[in-house]
Amino acid sequence: MTEYTETAEHVHESGHMHRDDEASKMAMWLFLFTELLLFGGMFLLYGAYRFQYADGFKVAAADMNSFIGAVNTIILLTSSLSVALSIGAIQRNQKKLALAMLWFTLLCGLGFLVNKYFEWSHEISNGIYPGGPALQEMSNGQVIYFGLYYVMTGLHGLHVIVGMVFLAVMIAFIQKDIITNSNYQKLENAGLYWHLVDVIWIFLFPLFYLLH
Amino acid sequence: MANEILAREPNYLEYQGKHKGIAGWLLTLDHKRIGLMYLMAIMVFFFVAMTLGVLMRLEMLTPGETIMKPQTYNSVFTLHGVIMVFLFIIPAIPAVFGNFFLPIQLGAKDVAFPRLNLFSWYLYILGAILAVASLFSGSGAADTGWTFYVPYSIRSAQNVTMTTMAAFVLGFSSIVTGLNFVVTIHRLRAPGMTWFRMPLFAWGLYATSWIQVLATPVIGITLALIMLERFLGIGVFDPALGGDPILYQHLFWIYSHPAVYIMILPAMGVVSEILPTFARKDIFGYKQIAISSLGIAFIGYLVWGHHMFVSGMSDASRIVFSLLTFLVAIPTGVKIFNWVATLYKASIKFSAPFYYVLAFIFIFSIGGLTGLVLGALATDIHVTDTYFVVAHFHYVMFGGMGIMFFATMHYWFPKMFGKMYSEKIAIIACTQIIIGFNMLYFPMFIMGYMGMPRRYYDYLPQFQGWHILSTVGSWILVTGIVFMFGNLLYALLKGPKAPDNPWGGTTLEWRIKGLPTLENFEEIPVVTGGPYVHDRPTYIMHPSKEIQHTNGDAKKAEKEGVSH
Repeated sequence: MTEYTETAEHVHESGHMHRDDEASKMAMWLFLFTELLLFGGMFLLYGAYRFQYADGFKVAAADMNSFIGAVNTIILLTSSLSVALSIGAIQRNQKKLALAMLWFTLLCGLGFLVNKYFEWSHEISNGIYPGGPALQEMSNGQVIYFGLYYVMTGLHGLHVIVGMVFLAVMIAFIQKDIITNSNYQKLENAGLYWHLVDVIWIFLFPLFYLLH
Repeated sequence: MANEILAREPNYLEYQGKHKGIAGWLLTLDHKRIGLMYLMAIMVFFFVAMTLGVLMRLEMLTPGETIMKPQTYNSVFTLHGVIMVFLFIIPAIPAVFGNFFLPIQLGAKDVAFPRLNLFSWYLYILGAILAVASLFSGSGAADTGWTFYVPYSIRSAQNVTMTTMAAFVLGFSSIVTGLNFVVTIHRLRAPGMTWFRMPLFAWGLYATSWIQVLATPVIGITLALIMLERFLGIGVFDPALGGDPILYQHLFWIYSHPAVYIMILPAMGVVSEILPTFARKDIFGYKQIAISSLGIAFIGYLVWGHHMFVSGMSDASRIVFSLLTFLVAIPTGVKIFNWVATLYKASIKFSAPFYYVLAFIFIFSIGGLTGLVLGALATDIHVTDTYFVVAHFHYVMFGGMGIMFFATMHYWFPKMFGKMYSEKIAIIACTQIIIGFNMLYFPMFIMGYMGMPRRYYDYLPQFQGWHILSTVGSWILVTGIVFMFGNLLYALLKGPKAPDNPWGGTTLEWRIKGLPTLENFEEIPVVTGGPYVHDRPTYIMHPSKEIQHTNGDAKKAEKEGVSH
């Protein structure tokens, strides 16, 4: 997180530290736009190839385990709630509750990744990975489907990991009272990031698991 | 009294903070020092890429092999493109002069996020190192052209991965700078500085920054996919696995066309600064110029398809993209007409920066009009992938952004370094640059029209006369550029002290006495009028001392502006 807002960083004379939460929030939203566009490029590819290889995509998507996908969706949605609750808690100065909610969120993120790990290793053990034996037998549409599947869920997984790092830093900040009930913009920004991770998954889930 | 206080406070070059010497620069959070660090890095890469360009021209002096093999030529034009586009043209004006002057022009102490600002400089350096390292590592520099078109970029045995990685990192640096500027412009305008009292340079940067934030991520993911494609073979762009190379071209140009406006909008912003200063009157059509920057940025998003007219798009989409391309000419025309109208009946002062701006208007107009030839479907098919295209984009990019970079250097040099250069030599160098430039690139229009393809190291003997003319032009141009920088360098070392406001500029940076100090202003100024008003002061530099003497205007202005 680099969203610090010491505008007058050189405080040698005026002596006051300028904190601008509004600016910090605006920067975070701009950053989220860039993330959306990053995934936007992928969604564009998905749309174009879905149109071109409708049949191959249907066959490939039928292979996916939508139960694990659904469980992961529930996990992420719950974690979004807990992050929001932790912000509410810190605003009411309930430090312990805020910390507990963040730990719960981290746990959810970890659960999501564990599920993802099992999913990926299942596919890989079946020989479905770029250049894998099973994939080479498949049609072009299926190859592209799995290519996009690995890239998009992989990129999303990376974002989950980054989000967890942010939240871990926030836990440290709350413990050190850097984040308090009057200064919680950093936590709110981390929360916004976590919601983004959630929102992207909400689109990935139907596109890869349900549309077949 | 104010003078005495200012005399005691060290300027930004002398200031000794927590870190001394070189660390005082490498760890600085001062937007002005970061701007100068960008300037130094950017100049190095400009000269590297310029040298590569000269070598290419030298190779084209005679048909067949002159000084290099075809494979080397491929790598040279790729690196010339990558370095010029990603390391010079895109960051030059925003990262150097935007960093230095945006906060000052807004009446702020710094950008909104100083640490992020320094971070983006390090990203820039990291990307630059990767780009240069790709030259000497692996199996040699990329040979795909700066567009990295698939499937060749996937198959090429050269070190394409590292070059795309460099472009990826540089894109991230560009996003961070854009984000910082958007927030700075929203949050840090001085009291009384309403949106329509902002200098037009700030408006240009504002439009640019939005493009940087909203377009760059698309190239990020596209280049990341190239890397993944090379490592893993995921198939999304590989026709052998069912991927569609045309989709790559779409994604590439969704960023890279708006990027053209990242390059030119800040330059246009500086034109709007320099003209009213030397015309010594208010700019004509302030609001139209400001809004047209946003208009160009917006329409610029919707025209990427014109790079792909011969790639096999449907007729319907080609017609739509062609029409939209013509629409960009409208806001651009608005700017040109307003600039010319500013000069009408003005008492013009012919100084060096103004001379460069005139060169810009002349050269850029040729570039812009030949752009319409390329935007029209029928003529584009005739000249696609010929020297005509090469000539066109050098007229708009080098003739537009490059010449304006020189103009900007000459305009703000006295405020950045406190020294004055020889205007006479600057004008002679400018004349030489104009002659060399046109001699270098204009024959390319003719050759392209006659069918000389771009990116070939060899050619038919019938083109040799034009190639010789063009190569000689490159020598004139380069000596002109060296002459110009030599003049500035000499001024930096031995030039006389510059007056506070040598040109009679009206924006905030010219109200500062001497070089800017660390926090730019002793007190945040209050703005009471537009940026280019020549006949009365529109800034109150020391509101706490002066405000009781004014007629209440300032207080009103303070309420209108953003409060902190």
